[in-house]
Amino acid sequence: MVDIAFGPKRDPHPDPGPAGAAYLDLVRRRRMYGGILVVLFVALMASGFRLTESRNAGGFWQGLPQVFDFPAEVLAEAWDKRANLPELFLDHLPALIETLNIAAVSTLLGGLAGMMLALLSTRGLARWPRLTPLFRRAMDASRAIPEIVIALVLIYILGGGPVPAVAAIALHTAGALGKLFSEVAENADLKPVEGLASTGATWGQQMYLGVIPQVAPNWMSYALMRFEINVRASAILGFVGSGGIGYDLKIAMQWGMGRYDEVVAIFLLLFLAIVAIDRLSDHARHRLVKG
Amino acid sequence: MLDVRNLTRIFGTRAAVDHVSFAVDRPAFVGIIGRSGAGKSTLLRMMNRLTDASSGQILVDGQDVLALRGADRRQWQGNCAMIFQQFNLVPRMDVASNVLHGILSRRSTLATMFNLWPRADILKALEILDRLGIAEQAPKRAEALSGGQQQRVAIARALMQDPRIILADEPIASLDPMNAQVVMDTLKRINVEDGRMVIANLHTLDTARRYCDRVIGMRDGRVVFDGTPDQLSTGVARDIYGADASFNESATSTAIPTETAPDRAYADRMLS
Repeated sequence: MVDIAFGPKRDPHPDPGPAGAAYLDLVRRRRMYGGILVVLFVALMASGFRLTESRNAGGFWQGLPQVFDFPAEVLAEAWDKRANLPELFLDHLPALIETLNIAAVSTLLGGLAGMMLALLSTRGLARWPRLTPLFRRAMDASRAIPEIVIALVLIYILGGGPVPAVAAIALHTAGALGKLFSEVAENADLKPVEGLASTGATWGQQMYLGVIPQVAPNWMSYALMRFEINVRASAILGFVGSGGIGYDLKIAMQWGMGRYDEVVAIFLLLFLAIVAIDRLSDHARHRLVKG
Repeated sequence: MLDVRNLTRIFGTRAAVDHVSFAVDRPAFVGIIGRSGAGKSTLLRMMNRLTDASSGQILVDGQDVLALRGADRRQWQGNCAMIFQQFNLVPRMDVASNVLHGILSRRSTLATMFNLWPRADILKALEILDRLGIAEQAPKRAEALSGGQQQRVAIARALMQDPRIILADEPIASLDPMNAQVVMDTLKRINVEDGRMVIANLHTLDTARRYCDRVIGMRDGRVVFDGTPDQLSTGVARDIYGADASFNESATSTAIPTETAPDRAYADRMLS
C-alpha cells in the first residue's frame, strides 16, 4: 500500500521515461536468454535420452514395469517367512560386526593419514611449502582409484579376508578426508600458530597445539560421515570376497528364491547400523562443537 | 648485549625495514615508536625469527641470530619471548597450558602430544600466574578471559620461557586504558625486577615517555630518532609521525590516566 500525502497525483502506470525504458528492455532481454537456455536444455536432455535408449540392450520403456517385480517378490517371500527374521538377525550379527570393524579400522587409519596429508598440503601451514603440490596430487591419486579395484588387486595378491578391504578403503579415505580436512584447516586462525612459533615450538607442536584443537570438531564430523560411507563400502567389498555381511548378502542373493528372507534381514541389519551410526555421530558432533 | 646492524627487509620492491642499526648494552626498556606501517612490527618479528631478514645482522653477545637454522633457531626463539597485539594464545586450551607452551622449545614433540609436562614446570607456571595476579584463572579456557587478562597470560607464557629479551609488539593496542596500564606496569616490573631486556613497539608517545629508558623512532622503515624519553620533544615527534605544525600530541595518546583516583572513586561508587 502506498500512502503519499504530498507530491504529484498517483498514476497507475507511470511513464517509464528514458532510463526506465532501458531497464525494461534489459529485463526483456534477460527473460529471452533464460527462455532460450531452458529450450536448449530440454532439447539436449531429450536427444541424449534417445541416444542412450538406442544403445541400450533391452529398452527403458519395456523394462520399466518390471523394475519393481524383483523387490516385490523379495518382500512378499520375506513377509511369508517373517517368523524367521529374528533368528536370521542373530545369525548375521557376527558378519555385520566384521563389516563395521573393517569400516572403523580403515576410517581410523585413513583419517590419520588424511590429517598428515591435509596439514602438509594446506597453504600457510605446510611444513615444506614447495612440496604442497606433491601431497595434493598424492591425495588426488588415492581418490581417483576406486576402492573395489584396489581391493580386487590386493585380494589377488594377499588372498581374501578383511586386510585387503581395510587397505583399500583406508587408501581411498586418506585421499577423501585429506581434501576435506585441508579445506577446514585453510580457515584456521593462524594467530595461535604464530604465538607457538614465537616460543620456538617445532612444526609438529605448532600443528598439534595450535591447529588441531581449532579444527577438531569439523574434522571429527567429516570423519564420522566418512565412517558411515565406509560401512557401505566395506559391505560392497564383501561381494568380491573380503568377508563381512556383503559376502553373506551375495550368497543369499545368488541362491535366489527361498532365501529372500535372508536378503531382507541383511538389508535391515545394514539399514539399522547406518541409522545407529548417524544418531551416534550427531550426538558426538553436538558435544564436540558445544563442549 | 644486543647489536643490530644494517637490518633490512624488502617486501616486493618496498623496504619495510631499511638499514636499521642500533645497539643496546644493558637490559633496558626500549620503546620503538612510529605510525602504522613504519616497520616496527617487521623489525620485532625479524628479531624473533618469525620473519626472515633480507640482509643485515642481529648480534646477541657476538652471535648472529639471523644465521641460526633448525634447532638452533628454535632455541634462540625460546630465549627471546614475543608478546603480540592480539595475544596469540590457543583460545580453546586452559590458561595454565597456554603458559606451559613457553617451554615448548625444550620439550619433544612426542611428550607434547601426550600432554606430559613435568610437575616442577606446572608449579612454575602457576607461580608465574600468581605473580601476575591471575592465578585463579588457571583452569579456565583462554578465550573466556578479558583482553587484559589474556595479555597477562601471554606475558606469563613469555616469562615461562625464561628469556633474556622480551619483544612486545603493540602489547596494549587492543586494550582499554585501565588494562593497558596494568600490562605496561607488568612489563616494567619484569624489566626492573628480573633484569630482562624489554623491547616494545608502541604507537603512542605518552606511554613511551612514561615507561621507556630509551626510545627509537621509526619512519618509513628508517630510524629517525634514537635517544632518551626526555629528548623526545614535540618537534621530534612531529618528524617521527610525519605530521605538520598542526600536530597534536593527544592524537597519538592512548590516554593511560596518570591520575587514577577519580576512576577508583567512580568504581567504588558504582560497586557500593
